[in-house]
Amino acid sequence: MRHRTFFWFFLPTGLAMLLFIALPLVSVVTQAIFAPHPAVLIEVENCTPLVGCTTETTIDQQATADLRTKQPLGRFVGLSIFLDRGHLAASEISAAWSESPNWGTFLNRLNNLPFYRAMAFTLTFTFIVTPLVIIMGLLIALAVNTLHARLKGLVIFFSLLPFVITPLIGALVLFWMIDSRGIIGSALIAIAGDPEFSLKASTGLMWVSLIVYGIWHAAPFAFVIFYAGLQTLPMDQIEAAQIDGATRFQQVRFVVIPHLMPLVTFVALIQLMDNFRVFEPIVGFNASAHAQSLSWFIFNDLGGETRQLSAASATSVLTIIGVAILLSPVLVRTWRDFKGKT
Amino acid sequence: MASTAQRMPRGLRIASTLFVIFWFILAAFPFFWTLWGSFKVELDFFSIADWTNGLTGERTKAVYGSAFTGTGYNGAWVQEEFWRNVINTGIVCFFVVCTSLTVGTLGGYALSRSSYNYTFWLLMTALIFRAIPPITLVSGYLLPFFEWNLWGILPTTIIVLVAINQPFTLWMLHSFFKNIPQELDESAKVDGCTQFQAFRRVIIPVMWPGVITTGLFSFLLAYNDFAVTAMLLSESNRTMIPAINAFMGTTQTEGNVMFAVAAVVSATVPLFILVMFFQRQIVGGLTAGAVKG
Repeated sequence: MRHRTFFWFFLPTGLAMLLFIALPLVSVVTQAIFAPHPAVLIEVENCTPLVGCTTETTIDQQATADLRTKQPLGRFVGLSIFLDRGHLAASEISAAWSESPNWGTFLNRLNNLPFYRAMAFTLTFTFIVTPLVIIMGLLIALAVNTLHARLKGLVIFFSLLPFVITPLIGALVLFWMIDSRGIIGSALIAIAGDPEFSLKASTGLMWVSLIVYGIWHAAPFAFVIFYAGLQTLPMDQIEAAQIDGATRFQQVRFVVIPHLMPLVTFVALIQLMDNFRVFEPIVGFNASAHAQSLSWFIFNDLGGETRQLSAASATSVLTIIGVAILLSPVLVRTWRDFKGKT
Repeated sequence: MASTAQRMPRGLRIASTLFVIFWFILAAFPFFWTLWGSFKVELDFFSIADWTNGLTGERTKAVYGSAFTGTGYNGAWVQEEFWRNVINTGIVCFFVVCTSLTVGTLGGYALSRSSYNYTFWLLMTALIFRAIPPITLVSGYLLPFFEWNLWGILPTTIIVLVAINQPFTLWMLHSFFKNIPQELDESAKVDGCTQFQAFRRVIIPVMWPGVITTGLFSFLLAYNDFAVTAMLLSESNRTMIPAINAFMGTTQTEGNVMFAVAAVVSATVPLFILVMFFQRQIVGGLTAGAVKG
């Protein structure tokens, strides 16, 4: 295809991505290093006879507007938004580092800073949910593969539901069940034998609930992909393994899993990216008192009465850096493949 | 398939079946429970006294004389005017799917037929864009949208969702068009067609299976989005998912949780139907992405 033809074919999609993904990215970075101008204040002295003089501080509308037109980006603040208490908290960290006698106290103080608390949850969530989703998906795929053909369709149909369901709705459905008056919640009360028992009360239990939701939501994805991989399993290798006297477990371990390995990498990659942006379950479970994520911070800063664009932008940049770190192995590998080809 | 050697020992077969049953219940039960409970009063769905009330609807009988009541649905659809949000979601999904398929088909086709190096870079950029969480872009949208009075209306949200959708659509359609032999459009060009004519007369008639699969995923993205729609739509233009979230805030205090339950069930129905009719395409689309890597 010639360059000209390619250009016209690609123009609409390229333009859409340029205007609504690339430019906003630039704008996000700019907003993170510029803060809006504060209003210019002036002091006016009001003197009334007999009463005396009072000074009033008012906003100088003219000067404020002038300043805002002169420098529409706002005042340049460099990295100071990134380093403030709501984000990387540089000064709090160094204070905590020098004042803490041991690692325990340091980590404890770290945990009081919102960004690091959110990071702790996001990373825990990502690195617990991802492997469990892979194991769960593999087990379901192996088990479903042994079923009768008619049952398979039915099981796959219902398995897909937790995955295609809107994350917020899925989270709400589970949330109502684990409510202390809901069916799972009251079952847990009966098991624990404590009428006050509630999953919402403790941070640890809330994290467990969120992780269970994460597995419930994503296991179908892993299952479907592994199940498709099992359909192309080389039967001759399985038979050869059987003749060599491999047990069923050894067949799975040495034939099935190596066959599925590329798919495992793929699922792991997608899951790492998706779990890192965990957001809807925190809203659905109303869990923001116990668990926050970076995405939740952005949403919280942007919503509400005061839209804190600078703070949200700084968190956005940090989130993108996090995603880039998670994605870098793939990018490097693709780059090497590409170099090798040309 | 069932050679004697492959037959499972009994213990393993039982364990495997039990596991499937366990997963089946785990996947399906929450939906049926919520569907069943949405026709009850709050004191049955959230039963302090006895969980079986949720099944039998004791309180519902006491209030309405029958074990089922539509008050939750009435409250959500009529009183809270949930139908407006449903219409908004319909508009958004329809236009997002149509636009992103039109735009994405052209782009994906071009990427699959060009052999220059820049296609690699464009695909890589698309992959990076795909990995960026959409919510991080929102703070970049707000200022210009406020400035030009574009905030809060449906067309803006539709265009933004189309753009967010593009990277994924491009990848899907690119790998799909790669599987359509290049000889097809080359022979059309030999017969004197321009590239676009070749695309229109030869490729469009055979591309529908891939386009339908991609369209399903575009639909799911538009339908399931919460972060972007919640931030970019004004209260009167809300789609279903942000509306349900707003219900959670207002109804909890007023004791109308059942409105939210009814709305949630209403929003699940289209997805249920979608999976029912397009199960094969969804599974196919998921695995196509995996095989291509």
